[in-house]
Amino acid sequence: MSIFKINEELPIKTYIINRAKLVAYANASGDQNPIHQDEAFAKSVGLENVIAHGMYTMGLVGQYVGRMAGSSAKVKEFSARFTKPVMVPADVDVQLVVSAKVIELTDEIARLEITATCGGVKVLGMAKAVILL
Amino acid sequence: MLNPDLVGRTFEGATSTTITAEAIAAFASALDEPETQLTPPTFAITISLAQSQSLLVDSGLNWNRVVHGDQRFVINNPLIAGAQIKCNSTIESARVVAGNEIVTVRSDLIENNEVAVSSWSTLVFRA
Repeated sequence: MSIFKINEELPIKTYIINRAKLVAYANASGDQNPIHQDEAFAKSVGLENVIAHGMYTMGLVGQYVGRMAGSSAKVKEFSARFTKPVMVPADVDVQLVVSAKVIELTDEIARLEITATCGGVKVLGMAKAVILL
Repeated sequence: MLNPDLVGRTFEGATSTTITAEAIAAFASALDEPETQLTPPTFAITISLAQSQSLLVDSGLNWNRVVHGDQRFVINNPLIAGAQIKCNSTIESARVVAGNEIVTVRSDLIENNEVAVSSWSTLVFRA
């Protein structure tokens, strides 16, 4: 029997994003684009401030999905659209709030519809995952 | 603008990459993941995005103008430490909308002649 119920709202988890974490992600992922680290550079290309890598935000959501699945090895599909940049000012801990709903359930899989917000604003669109039960 | 003849073409990765336990642990730690032995669901991006970048820059696109539009992963077999991965990238589509060039690249991460993970990245090159 599944641990999930159809239309179930899964627990909310909050992640902290700050400049130090963006540097750690840049080093771990190899994506050293300066718009994610250097405020002067970010502003020089028309951004309001340093922005988080879209893949960092999606990666944190992936951590959430793996945790809900019981193991990251159970995540079979994962997709998202980057609809709003996550601004990360210096010396600020930005909160990324993640939640999900079970929108499809079979004997083998659960499909989740995920919501990710910063300051009440959705930062990902069409975020979905398929996890093995 | 991207040469339309490139759409549909697959570029085979020249070399294979060996996934290390250290790379997995660093990536997992950066994502607040306490279990640092398993690859996070988005780990394939560490291989696929670099290859997409070199492919598209070689094709004349300006990486300084790029914004990630959307991203999808299909994970057939989670990547593990020690796996030798070859990455084949296919430019699936390219179109221009309001002067922005929108390119979708599919990257197949191949382990032992089987696709372990497919990654689709839609990249927007701003006008």
